Amino acid sequence: MAYSLPIPQEVLDSIQNVDCHGYLHSVETGAAVDGPGMRFVFFMAGCQFRCLYCHNPDTWKLHNGRPVELEDMLSEVGKYANFLRFAGGVTFSGGEPMMQAPFVGAAAKAIKDAWGLHIALDTQGFLHGNVEDDWFDPIDLVMLDIKHINPERYLELTSQPLQPTLDFAQRLLRLGKQMRIRYVLVPGWSDAPEEVKGMADLVQSYGDAVEMVEVLPFHQMGTSKWDQLGLEYKLRDTPTPTRDEAEAARDIFRSRGLVAS
Amino acid sequence: MNVMTHSPLKDPWDGFSAGTWRTTIDVRGFIQENYTPYEGDDSFLAGPTDRTKALWEELSVLLKKEREVGVLDVSADKPSSITAHDAGYINKELEIIVGLQTDAPLKRAIMPNGGLRMVENGLKAYGFDTDATVHEVWTKYRKSHNQGVFDVYSPDIIACRKSGVITGLPDAYGRGRIIGDYRRVALYGIDALKEEKLREHHQLDDAVFSEDVLRDREELMEQYRALDELREMGMKYGIDMSRPAGSAREAIQFTYLAYLAAVKEQNGAAMSIGRISTFLDIYIERDFERGVLTESEAQEMMDDMVIKLRIVRFLRTPDYDELFSGDPTWVTEALGGMGTDGRTLVTKNAMRMLHTLYNLGPAPEPNLTVLWSVDLPRGFKDFCAKVSKDTSAIQYENDDLMRAKWGDDYGIACCVSAMAIGKQMQFFGARANLAKALLYAINGGVDEKSGTMIAPGLEPITADVLDYDEVVAKFDKAMDWLAKTYVKALNCIHYMHDKYAYERIEMALHDREILRTMACGIAGLSIAADSLAAIKYSTVKVLRNEDGLAVNYEIAGDYPAFGNNDDRVDEIAVWLTQAFMEKVAAQPHFYRNSMPTQSVLTITSNVVYGKKTGATPDGREAGEPFAPGANPMNGRDKNGFVAAGASVAKLPYDYAKDGISWTASATPDSMGHTEGEQVRNLANVLDGYIDAGGFHVNINMLGRETLLHAMDHPEEHPQLTVRVSGYAVNFVKLTREQQLDVISRTFHNAM
Repeated sequence: MAYSLPIPQEVLDSIQNVDCHGYLHSVETGAAVDGPGMRFVFFMAGCQFRCLYCHNPDTWKLHNGRPVELEDMLSEVGKYANFLRFAGGVTFSGGEPMMQAPFVGAAAKAIKDAWGLHIALDTQGFLHGNVEDDWFDPIDLVMLDIKHINPERYLELTSQPLQPTLDFAQRLLRLGKQMRIRYVLVPGWSDAPEEVKGMADLVQSYGDAVEMVEVLPFHQMGTSKWDQLGLEYKLRDTPTPTRDEAEAARDIFRSRGLVAS
Repeated sequence: MNVMTHSPLKDPWDGFSAGTWRTTIDVRGFIQENYTPYEGDDSFLAGPTDRTKALWEELSVLLKKEREVGVLDVSADKPSSITAHDAGYINKELEIIVGLQTDAPLKRAIMPNGGLRMVENGLKAYGFDTDATVHEVWTKYRKSHNQGVFDVYSPDIIACRKSGVITGLPDAYGRGRIIGDYRRVALYGIDALKEEKLREHHQLDDAVFSEDVLRDREELMEQYRALDELREMGMKYGIDMSRPAGSAREAIQFTYLAYLAAVKEQNGAAMSIGRISTFLDIYIERDFERGVLTESEAQEMMDDMVIKLRIVRFLRTPDYDELFSGDPTWVTEALGGMGTDGRTLVTKNAMRMLHTLYNLGPAPEPNLTVLWSVDLPRGFKDFCAKVSKDTSAIQYENDDLMRAKWGDDYGIACCVSAMAIGKQMQFFGARANLAKALLYAINGGVDEKSGTMIAPGLEPITADVLDYDEVVAKFDKAMDWLAKTYVKALNCIHYMHDKYAYERIEMALHDREILRTMACGIAGLSIAADSLAAIKYSTVKVLRNEDGLAVNYEIAGDYPAFGNNDDRVDEIAVWLTQAFMEKVAAQPHFYRNSMPTQSVLTITSNVVYGKKTGATPDGREAGEPFAPGANPMNGRDKNGFVAAGASVAKLPYDYAKDGISWTASATPDSMGHTEGEQVRNLANVLDGYIDAGGFHVNINMLGRETLLHAMDHPEEHPQLTVRVSGYAVNFVKLTREQQLDVISRTFHNAM
């Protein structure tokens, strides 16, 4: 055996007539914090959000990525497919992967058909209205990023409304999809105890569908990217939450019977 | 433990199966018929007893002193043998398992049979006097291995040795890498083993008395005598090993004393103990059933034995330490693995062995080596991963690959060399420097550092820009020359080692007919592969000095580097591995009909190899260290741990049956949010690597900061352990240069 597995011929045949291509920003071959186990992560280009704390502003535009075909996506994963069977799976992240829903959906389906790998989708869910229910069939886990509990603050923070994301969560419940909720803890923006409590209450209402809440402490590692792009970075002076502060936020989730890390 | 309660049985085999192991020497058969596989987790394990803690603390004082002075004491006037020294203790009242190499802990022995110069240089380096009688005996009356080798070396071998294209040859030190089946002493007792050796001797009474047969006959008598000496050595401690062990405590004690005899007799480069944990588990389980042993007592005995294994010492020279840093002894113990019948060979005692790293704190020795299989029980996998995360002290090797070749009772000599225990040995051959051989191909055999002709008959490359096909064709010839000279050297060394520094007790614990391998090796694989990739995929211009010698290279454009799961260069590395092995195998003669093999392993000599090698066409500067073992060159594995593992896993074990070493480092945070995730992810990563045919991996899970802090505050990190190529070291015992080398290797923040 090897790390790689070949692409089954029937899968290659099945994508011959699918007419779509995508824009891929980059890949990471062994991330342990982008889904269960070790993940092969596709960072898709393009996002319609303009989150103040974004640490990948270099992925906002589609043309930040390189054009790729479905077969390229299969080849990339194929180099690690056997390893991923043991170690984890594939995660579509970005950017916002649902910006390229037809392509990402087709890629997820082809990867699932080829090797049966675990597939996770890292999204804020805003665009879910554009896809049919069966689009989610190959997706095993949705890592749903809910950036704020308060609609006004959400708009301020992300430049987009909150409601579509909430609707998306309901849809996932209806579809019986497993969820991980991701919450970025930004000092002065999303770390007030009442905000965190509100979020925790919401997540609690989703019940067993939520396997875990990931509280991600804001960090400054994206600063240089904002500078390189000549963009105004409003959170330049925002501190990184301490370990204790992050733990306190997690405890709020835990107090509602949720697993938080 | 109350020493009176261990109550050995009158019939030492009481309760064991009635199989054929009773009538022929067959430790594996005994294990298979009597062991209890363990598939649970680590919750049964017991912590250290007060006695263990007291003993370890007492020893820690001595260890601290030793760290300060390098060598605590030497028994300089008494060349070591199995019986040379009186019984020695750390604290007789506190010890359950006894036996020291000399009459005091950390007092090193001298073994001049390997070479007097090594002994005298070692003594001098650490401020001890040479004994006049020893000097007289080994200059006037007794010839050493080292003298023998130099009597027969040819000028071409000496030139290679000097230039460093072949380095680390065991011609001035003990070759090691032989594992006695120390378990035989516990299972059968010495009387039965002696009887068997006599029988083997007489089997040859009517053979044609060729040199080979005469050598066998002489060796068998030496083995017989060594067993007698082992018995005598035991009696100095009041332990009678003439009969089989009748309790767990005796089994551990006898096995350890048999090993001790080996390290009293031989200063071998690597002195592995083999695969003893599951064997000993059988005795522990029997004593549990008899109601004469508790879990805490069982752990205590294992802790006590491990304390002894941690203080095995040899007197070595600074030159040697530069090659193999941190004073390693490679007391390698292989743990786990699967049986050929599908049952796991993991037992509770394998877990106890790992647990010593908690009870006594992390340490580099014994060199705990987990034989990993995708089929290992979950509980064991998770525990191993946890131990790695907490201690960075263990290494992993592919049981699925090795079992298919060597069966299910093999051990690991040194770092990565598998051998069926008691049935196989190797002639250790250090390694040839492939990167330097590539430079010889470019310079027509002239050494790029000294300007001397080392490999006559090679045509230099005169073009300004290197052409891939031309380089490969010339490199092919250079490898032919290298393999030929290399194998000649090894034939000299092992002929003389058998003659002047024969491993009597280790070989006494082998069958008469064994498989011998001629274990060649290569260094600089990733540099040679990257250099060829640079020549093929970018433009490499040669910079020559005034004598027309290529001494540096200018690279225009990017090239794919080994370690990124890129077939373009990984296939070159695979080809190099195969090509050199084939050239070795094509040599006309291998001493004692040994089977040629090779390893891709440098141990820590990657630093010395780098020093001895000029600039290479991959952009590596003259003198810059090589990557260790099969590692990608430092900093070039840009896609992280997983991609690097994928590249290394492509190297074919069939062409490197002596092992392929990879050292990987990651920060704990990069492996997951929580400890539970980190442990499970590591175990799954190991599954993926092993299933893909990856042969070996050292796992370090450490932050860079910890190492930097330890460089400046060594006193605060006495037990900080890191895995280097195939073994572990106390980080604070490395030279500063080596510490920096360890740190400069990629710390994969993301895997």
